[in-house]
Amino acid sequence: MKKTHAFGLLLFFVLLAGSPLLAQEAGAVADKAPLYKLSLIVGGAVITLAAAAGAFCQAKAISSACEGISRNPGSAPTIRFIMIFGLVLIETLVIYALLIAIVILMIQWGNYK
Amino acid sequence: MEGLEHSVYVADLFNKLFGKPILALLGLLGIEPKNPHSPVPDYLVMVIIVALLLIILLGLASRKLSLIPSSRQSFLETILQTFEGILTDIIGETGKKYLPMIGTIGLFIFCSNMIGLVPGFMSPTSKLNVTAGCALAVFVYYHWQGIKAQGPLRYLKHFTGPIPALAPLLLPIEIISHFSRPVSLSLRLFGNIFAEELLIVIIASIVPFVLPLPFMAVAIFTAVIQSFVFVLLACIYIAGAVIQEEEH
Repeated sequence: MKKTHAFGLLLFFVLLAGSPLLAQEAGAVADKAPLYKLSLIVGGAVITLAAAAGAFCQAKAISSACEGISRNPGSAPTIRFIMIFGLVLIETLVIYALLIAIVILMIQWGNYK
Repeated sequence: MEGLEHSVYVADLFNKLFGKPILALLGLLGIEPKNPHSPVPDYLVMVIIVALLLIILLGLASRKLSLIPSSRQSFLETILQTFEGILTDIIGETGKKYLPMIGTIGLFIFCSNMIGLVPGFMSPTSKLNVTAGCALAVFVYYHWQGIKAQGPLRYLKHFTGPIPALAPLLLPIEIISHFSRPVSLSLRLFGNIFAEELLIVIIASIVPFVLPLPFMAVAIFTAVIQSFVFVLLACIYIAGAVIQEEEH
């Protein structure tokens, strides 16, 4: 229950951080401006949520790996190997989100000149 | 994205030296490069530099081998044994015959990742073209080794799964999962190295002096981990293609 609260709070802050963009005055390209603002918000939100979820999962993986090592120090090399492997696989998904966020933010949808 | 990139001086030099003959050669083949002033893009120049560096350094270092290893030889043997250890851990004793491919790819990716930290150079692996090339090489190689180890029909039979009745369901899933492997391999490496270089550029544009140093230390860590993971996944793919199933 607490975790849902944390995620909800995070989402709220992400949206809050985007709200000044919504309040800005429309520029010269008024018809395309909403799309541009939306793309900025979405681009920021994508990587923020992905980083939060990825960090949560990685924390879980590391904590269980630590528990495993403290219970059975003899199997530390195997556990470390599997942990790094799993962490990288989790990291990959965050990296996908990062690439998508970079594409969204760099292309600047709607910011046509 | 164009504004963040500056030209690599080595690439400019290379294009000044070899640009004209390469342009003539491409003209013979009927290819018109997009930018006639620099027909060879800088990441390809960096690939050539990394390859030459590896060939020359390792070629020179592996001369005059003796039974009692000098420090240089034992360093080389440590590198070799690392790759051998990964291969024998995952594939088994037969895995040693894949050492040339795995070792080449691992050393190339490691050096490509690390050369980005040298001032005046860039990582060729921060371009999707280079990582996709490496991933495609692994993709073709493990299929080829699987066909060589098991024969074409038996290897293709793997894709249909254990139960013949489920084959029409499993075949598309298996094919999609096999084609997603090079995509994930290339995007993982590219994303990590690209994001890390972007991070260093952004941090250096804010505070150019001391602040980028910890991020560059993290970059060394990322370079090692990413090349290790690339090698590891290549080994796992080869193992999945090569190892024979007992029940048949």
